[in-house]
Amino acid sequence: MDNGKLQIVAILGALVLLLVVLEMVRRRRLMERYALLWMLSAVVILGLAVWKDALNVLAKALGVASPPNALFFIAVAFILLLLLHFSAAMSRMADQSKVLAQRQAILEERLRRFEAEHAEAPPARPAGRAAADDEPRTLARSSSR
Amino acid sequence: MQTPLTDQSSCLAVVPAYNEAAMVGRVINALHREAPSVDVVVVDDGSTDQTALRAQEAGARVLRLPFNLGIGGAVQAGFKYAQENDYDYMVQVDADGQHDPSQISLLFEAMHNEGVDMICGSRFASPTGYVAPISRRTGIHIFAFLLSRLLRQSVTDPTSGFRLCNRRAIAVFARDYPHDYPEVEAVLMLHHHRLTMREIPVRMYERGGGVSSIGSGKSAYYMVKVLLALFVGLARARPVPEPGEAAPVTAEAGI
Repeated sequence: MDNGKLQIVAILGALVLLLVVLEMVRRRRLMERYALLWMLSAVVILGLAVWKDALNVLAKALGVASPPNALFFIAVAFILLLLLHFSAAMSRMADQSKVLAQRQAILEERLRRFEAEHAEAPPARPAGRAAADDEPRTLARSSSR
Repeated sequence: MQTPLTDQSSCLAVVPAYNEAAMVGRVINALHREAPSVDVVVVDDGSTDQTALRAQEAGARVLRLPFNLGIGGAVQAGFKYAQENDYDYMVQVDADGQHDPSQISLLFEAMHNEGVDMICGSRFASPTGYVAPISRRTGIHIFAFLLSRLLRQSVTDPTSGFRLCNRRAIAVFARDYPHDYPEVEAVLMLHHHRLTMREIPVRMYERGGGVSSIGSGKSAYYMVKVLLALFVGLARARPVPEPGEAAPVTAEAGI
């Protein structure tokens, strides 16, 4: 009977993991492309919990004497794959942030030069103060709507 | 001294600087004095000191990276800047005063005489009296040996950052430049793109101030990393994506 309780706990655990992942995707806390891996692992755990004999079958197929060891082997392999996936994701993000930083620096320099060039020229409208005062207000009004 | 720069050609000096407030002004002044036709842009690689301010005061343009990218990212920003502002040549000069701006004309002379895409100033191409720390020298000689075999030409100082690139080399490096310790791998990349490089002997000074990007303790790590980059670079079928291929930086997940 202990076995039955354990099975229920395992099934509930897998379901909770699945629901948490789905909820995180719903709240945009987790992107779909990363959620898929977690949902896959939740489904695998659920499958193993529901079909108790699966582990024995799997262990036999892999030639592993003790089924729990087969489980550990697969779990470790999966986690390694997940970690590699995240290292790849991190490399990609580092690359993206590098490109952004370079772009930003080049644009900032261009803007600074542009502003310096225009600061030298006399202002086009000496009475620009009133206009400058007006403009942000209209902008603010339109944006608050 | 004869200046081979014609009126039509323009040259940008890129000075990557990370916490070099003490030296960067002097380097810029030397550049203005010794190579007046060369525009100077300092790439401030997320310095925490007054590097950007000192550079601006000395009359250089400054690219301020929002955070520290490392030497590769900083120099690549310079390549991108050179490409976007339509420069014919780009010369890299270190901010620590190691490189002598009066020798830029030697680089130009060599580029015009040899007709190659990149000229590297080498400390070892002839006896110049420069002695690098033993830990670094070993690495440099190993890289030099490997690159000489791979390129089938003599490469004596592949870690030298004192380099002059023409438009074709600028275009290659603006698109793709190695990350952490880029000089060695950059030579190999250039070769993969069927561009050419030559070395000329230059003299270099001891560092004027600041801390080198390569500490002696990091030398072993540096060597292993560059060796990995070299061998992986060799195995890469096409080191840089051709037009129309998948972008090197994409939002799509890999594995």
